[in-house]
Amino acid sequence: MNDAGDIADLYSKTLRELARDPAHKGRPEAFDATARGDNPMCGDRVDIYVSLEGDRIREARHVARGCEICQASASLLAGLVPGKTRAESSALGQRAGEIAKSGIGDDGSEELRRLSLFTVVHKFPSRVKCVTLAWNALDAALSGVKETSSE
Amino acid sequence: MDTIATPIFDLTRIRRDFPILATKVHGKPLTFLDSGASAQKPRAVIEAMTRSMETAYANVHRGAYHLSETATESYEAARVATQRFLGAAEAEEIVFTSNSTAAINLVAHSYGRGVMQPGQFVLTSEMEHHANLVPWQMLRDANIGIGLRYVRVTERGEIDLNDLAAKLADGKVGLVAITHMSNVLGTVTPAAQIARMTHEAGAKVLFDGSQAAVHRHVDVTAIDADFYVFTAHKLYGPTGIGVLYGKRKLLDAMPPFLGGGDMIESVTLERTTYAAAPARFEAGTPPIIEAVGLHAAIDYVTNIGMPAIEAHERALVDHAMAVLPQVEGLRIIGGAQDRGGVFAFSLDGVHPHDLSTFLDRHGIAVRAGRHCAEPLHTRFGVEGGTTRASFGLYTTPGEIDLLAQKITEARRFFA
Repeated sequence: MNDAGDIADLYSKTLRELARDPAHKGRPEAFDATARGDNPMCGDRVDIYVSLEGDRIREARHVARGCEICQASASLLAGLVPGKTRAESSALGQRAGEIAKSGIGDDGSEELRRLSLFTVVHKFPSRVKCVTLAWNALDAALSGVKETSSE
Repeated sequence: MDTIATPIFDLTRIRRDFPILATKVHGKPLTFLDSGASAQKPRAVIEAMTRSMETAYANVHRGAYHLSETATESYEAARVATQRFLGAAEAEEIVFTSNSTAAINLVAHSYGRGVMQPGQFVLTSEMEHHANLVPWQMLRDANIGIGLRYVRVTERGEIDLNDLAAKLADGKVGLVAITHMSNVLGTVTPAAQIARMTHEAGAKVLFDGSQAAVHRHVDVTAIDADFYVFTAHKLYGPTGIGVLYGKRKLLDAMPPFLGGGDMIESVTLERTTYAAAPARFEAGTPPIIEAVGLHAAIDYVTNIGMPAIEAHERALVDHAMAVLPQVEGLRIIGGAQDRGGVFAFSLDGVHPHDLSTFLDRHGIAVRAGRHCAEPLHTRFGVEGGTTRASFGLYTTPGEIDLLAQKITEARRFFA
C-alpha cells in the first residue's frame, strides 16, 4: 500500500494488545539468567529474565522500555519460549528476524503463524531491529552474556 | 504556499531551488523536518559539483597541467570563501577535513596530545553531540595526564555560566570545547561571552558550530574563537567535507594529525619535515569536488543573506513555540531564551519510534532517538529518546502546522 493505510496494518489490534499485555511483564523475584538488550541509536532497552528447568526454559519475563513493536515482540517471545531449549528458542528468534525482514510469513506451526504478525514490518525497514532486540537479549541471557544490542 | 512576509526572503522561489522538495513520500508531499541531521541540496550545489567533474577535475596541488591547476584554483577558492563566511583573518586558518567530527578529532589529537600539558583539563558540557564528547573522553583515557570536566546545563537547557566560571577558576583548564548551538535543545550558546571567560582563565576555546553556522551569521573574529568547526552537509552542501578554523598561531604550533602526501615539506627515509598549516593537516587527496560544493553552498546562503535566513528561522521558531505546545501531551525539551530551529519533544503515551513511523507515512521526516546526545537525554529524564523536528531555510510555517496536526492524530491513533 502506498499511503498511510499500512500504518494500521503495522499497528494491528494483535500487535497493540501484545504490546500492552501485562502477562509477561515485570522482573520476577527469582530467575536463572538475565540479559539486557540495548538499541544504542534509539534508546530502546529490553531486560529479559529466564527461569530454567534442566535445559529448558520454564518462564521468560521482560521489562521493556521501547516502542510498540519492541514491546509486542518481547511479550510474544515470553509467551512462546517456555518449554524450549536454548537452541530451539534461538532458532525461533532467528525466524522472527527473517519474517520481519523478508515479509514472508510461515504457517508451518502455530508459533510461526504467531510470529508472522511481523511480516508487515518489512515495509518499515528501520523497524526490523525493534522486533529482534528482545530475541537478541534472550539469546544473550542463555549464553551467559549480560548485554547485547540490536545491531 | 504560505510565506513569511519579508521582502528579501522569497520562500516559494527558495523551495524551487531544492529539487528534492518536489518529491512525494508514500504518496504525500515531502515535509522534510530533519535538516539538523543533514540538509537538502539546492540545484546550485548539485550543478557546481557536476560541472566540476565534467569540466575541471584532476587531483590538486601536484600537477603542472591545466586541469590540475584549475582544480587547485577551485579548491583554494573554496578556502577563501570559507574564510570570508566565518570572518577569519586569513585563508590559511581554514583546514578542510571530512566533517565536524574529523575536525574535532584533529584538535583532540594534535592540540590535545601535542600542545596541552599533563595536569590540564578539557572542559566540555552536558549538552554536546557525541562528536564533541567522545574525542575528549578518548584524550582523557589516553593516559597522558589530561583530565575532563563538564559544564552543567540548566533546567532551561542553557549553559550554566556560573558553573563554567567555577570550573575555570583553578586555571587548570587548557581547552574549552562547547557547542555553539545544541542539536537537541536548539539552544544557541553565548559564544563571545564563553570565549571571554575562557581567555580570562588562560584557556583556549573550540566551538562546535555544526548547527549554529547554518542558522546564524558566524564571525569567528568577533567571537574571538580559537577553533571553530562546522560541516558542509548541514549547510546545504555535500557530505564529505568539514571545516576547522584555527587561529594561525595555534595551528602553527600544532603537530600533524594524519601523515601522508600533501602535508609534507620534504621526506627522506630518515625524517620528514611538515608543511605549514593548513596543508600540514590535509594529508592525502582532499575532498576536491566537495570543496566546490561547499563553495557553492556558501555562495547560495550568502546570496540569500545569513541575516535573512536567521530572521526567517526566528519566525519559524516563534511559530513552532506557539503551535507545538498546544498539542496535548507534547513536552518540548529545553526552553532556552536564544534558540534555533531545532525541537526535541516527548509525547505522552507514544514512543518516538512509533510517532516517527506514523509521521513518515504522512510524508513528514523527523528523527527519533537520542540524536547522538545520550548524556543530554539522561540529564532531562528522557533516556528512552525523543522525537526531533529541525528546520531549514526552506521550512514553511504550514509544515509546522501539518506536523502539529499529525502529532495530534498520532496521539489519537495510539491512544
